[in-house]
Amino acid sequence: MRDFRFIGKPITRIDGREKVSGAAIYGDDIDFGPNLLHAEIVSSTQAHARIISIDTSEAEKVQDVVKVFTGKDFPFKFGLYMKDRYIFAQDKVRFYGEQVAAVVARTPQAAKKAAQLVKVEYEPLPAVLNQIDSYKEGATLVHPELGEYPHVPWFFPKAGTNVAHWRKTRRGDMEAGFKEADLVFEDTYHVPRYAHCAIETHVAIGKYDLSGRLTVWSSSQSPHTQRHLFQEALSSMGLSHKDVRVIAPHVGGGFGGKAGVTMEILPAALATKLKGYAVKIRWTREQEFVNTYQRLDVVAKIKIGVKKDGTITALDHQLYWDAGAYVEYGANVVNAVGLSAIGPYRIPNISIDSVCIYTNLPPGGAYRGFGYSEMLFGLESHITRVANQLGIDPVQFRLMNAIKEGDKTAYGASMNPNGLIQAIEKVAAEIEWGKKIESKDPKKAIGKGFSLFWKAPAMPPNASSSAFLKFNEDASINLIISGMDIGQGYQTVMAQIAAEILSVPPSKIRVETPDTDRNPYEWQTVASHITWGSGNAVKKAAIDARDQILDLIERVYCLPKNELYLEDEAVKCHTQPKFIKPLREFVVDGIMTEDGTFKGGPINARGMFMPEFSSTNGDPETSQGGHPNVHYTVGAGALIVEIDRETGKMHVLKAVEAVDVGQALNPSLIHGQITGGLLQGLATVLYEDMRYDDKGKLLNPNFTDYKIPTAMDVPDEIVPIIIEVPQPDGPFGARGVGEHTMLPAAPMIANAVEDALGIRIKSMPITAEKIALEMLKKQ
Amino acid sequence: MAQIKFILNSENRIIDVQPNEILLDVLRDKLGLKSPKCGCDRGDCGACAVLLNGKSVRSCLVFAIEVDGQEVRTLEGISADKLTQLQESFIEFNSFQCGYCAPGVIISATELLSHNPHPELEEIKEALSGNLCRCTGYKPIFEAILDASHKEEK
Repeated sequence: MRDFRFIGKPITRIDGREKVSGAAIYGDDIDFGPNLLHAEIVSSTQAHARIISIDTSEAEKVQDVVKVFTGKDFPFKFGLYMKDRYIFAQDKVRFYGEQVAAVVARTPQAAKKAAQLVKVEYEPLPAVLNQIDSYKEGATLVHPELGEYPHVPWFFPKAGTNVAHWRKTRRGDMEAGFKEADLVFEDTYHVPRYAHCAIETHVAIGKYDLSGRLTVWSSSQSPHTQRHLFQEALSSMGLSHKDVRVIAPHVGGGFGGKAGVTMEILPAALATKLKGYAVKIRWTREQEFVNTYQRLDVVAKIKIGVKKDGTITALDHQLYWDAGAYVEYGANVVNAVGLSAIGPYRIPNISIDSVCIYTNLPPGGAYRGFGYSEMLFGLESHITRVANQLGIDPVQFRLMNAIKEGDKTAYGASMNPNGLIQAIEKVAAEIEWGKKIESKDPKKAIGKGFSLFWKAPAMPPNASSSAFLKFNEDASINLIISGMDIGQGYQTVMAQIAAEILSVPPSKIRVETPDTDRNPYEWQTVASHITWGSGNAVKKAAIDARDQILDLIERVYCLPKNELYLEDEAVKCHTQPKFIKPLREFVVDGIMTEDGTFKGGPINARGMFMPEFSSTNGDPETSQGGHPNVHYTVGAGALIVEIDRETGKMHVLKAVEAVDVGQALNPSLIHGQITGGLLQGLATVLYEDMRYDDKGKLLNPNFTDYKIPTAMDVPDEIVPIIIEVPQPDGPFGARGVGEHTMLPAAPMIANAVEDALGIRIKSMPITAEKIALEMLKKQ
Repeated sequence: MAQIKFILNSENRIIDVQPNEILLDVLRDKLGLKSPKCGCDRGDCGACAVLLNGKSVRSCLVFAIEVDGQEVRTLEGISADKLTQLQESFIEFNSFQCGYCAPGVIISATELLSHNPHPELEEIKEALSGNLCRCTGYKPIFEAILDASHKEEK
């Protein structure tokens, strides 16, 4: 391995001081002065209904109310991959909690009071509240106009049905594969919806100033994508991209929930009708649960064929997704899984159907893992069960069938270099796989569970990143980029990349949150692609700066560029060891020559990265032929859980996770991702659960009734393992890791529960209650 | 409107508040102290924690009028001079990710160390059980508190 100065070092976060001192500014912390207006949203109280009338007259009479708006004021559609949403409901509401009207007032109290006085009359329509009913012939249509909606070319909606997209992947001969098998085993698994629960709720402030430009301050993972969607949706205002500006302060947690555009469109749109004012909306915790994105619910039917020797011959994987009332983002979750539902395995004959189905529940969308957690719960449960039926150890079975570099992915491309085998072996050793443990308490049983995982970034083939880099007089650097540090440590890692190339320590590099007016383009901070994509752009910018520096030294001192290098914030020369030119002497002011003139000037550099090899041109019937995924990050996990046989109460004693990050840019931050991601994943399988009533109303939209983990819920021991098989096109060989760390949690628990108690639970969450009931049945 | 007198971050303050105004809103909107954050508005998440006479309270559950004659300390007050050993340890251990829960966690941990300078791991968990963090899995937070408690010894 190369000897790096800053890459691979567990340095402290460059935003650490800001965040622990209270200096960090989040969206809600920005002051707008006394001219700030507050909007309160009137939400639908029906899951599916026609809007007969909206009476705003009483609301308008409330003191300090400025204006009340309804859908009539904004007949505009928006959406990331499919334009199926309106800024406000038009003639119909399609989920309980959908925005119907807005009251804008001078105080939050007045807005709230008046919003309660807006009278909306509905004519209820039959609602479809799960994907299985919605998929049936004759089901009420959520979007009768589906055939007219604009969408990206890789979506295949079925007009006249509730199927918004159907990703089909076919390779080999599935029927022949099942014939060849000695054992064919099938079952169905269910994963419900989940909420992101970032501690900061969504907040956005829109201001359309008197000169006609729109600025939106937004807690966002996607400033440039938001600018683009605002411009598209509000194009009737005559806004050009240059007239729309998104300023993104620190984000108090994202997890996919602040990707794309959800509620941010509301203050943006309202502001355009209230020239000169700033209009603010901060979602309440309840609105955060109901009206952003939720993780999709999925029912997965899995059929696997295997030979006695353990070779997998065929897989039929059908996934039916409840994507909610609007799928402009969620349909791409379905798409991503439809391309990858073979898991990290070498399977010659496959058929995948990933079906995106509209329902009258809140919109589904991006959530850390982008569908892979849901898919892997079924698949990794099933893999363990198949192995057990064959009498082959589940870890051995995984080792035999694990995908290797050069094997074909589901869509026929070649698998990237990866350390999956290494990950399996290291995790198995650390968890002492095969060694039974007895609890000291006779009432309790102990089990071990194992799972593999993989995930690729799901992004358009032209998703790009860019970077500006400028030197200051003392050779400190401003690195100007537009990815969001949503906690993963993006700013720190990008500083490390620039530092490595330029020999300037990360502590001398400032990275600020972006402003689309001043920072160069970045698609979005999603898909765990930002280390890879933005990292490549930053590396190119740093190389550009280095070239400018070395060119100048060559020109002024007549030293050959290829003998010059940067070290300790200075230019040095291999052949003239005495030559040392500190950067701070010239990176802004230039170099004075013998005749008193100056050469050079401020060093300003740029870099850009787009994955030019990616395409979505696969055959719609088979998905063969394109290159939709840039690469996969793989890994393995295992845990030990102690379970009370009577009450079902579980306690994780130890969890191990190995992930192949290509090259660890900052191991401390990767350990942070593993620990945090594992706990988030464990919560989805052990207790988190969204409960709806039979009218489509969410019953637990708060932290009292929807429990997320506290300090008391942490496993006794977590062992993170970093595997490094370099990604050839990654910055210093790195690939993404942020989302992946939560992927194996749920199947590990399901497999450990079976190992401990001999019961198999096929629907999440695997609560103590479910275990206790299963144990009763078993007796 | 009622007038209240209280000590805020070592300064004597006199302000007018409505009887139904919440301490969190008054701190943020009237007094410009933005470190206490709103995460749930009902006492579940702990992001709004401040020290009231040295004890951690959720400022979203306290009426401003209740702090009349009391002493309130926010993260701004703790950071004013120089960062504490606890804060330095949080930096060293990369304890926070998005940082939104950090002010509340630091308030709770400060209170803990003020009456229990060398807590056991279980005591730390107990003390932080009212502060939700979605990013970190809590372990790097525990490690920093343990580290700070050892360093304060010296």
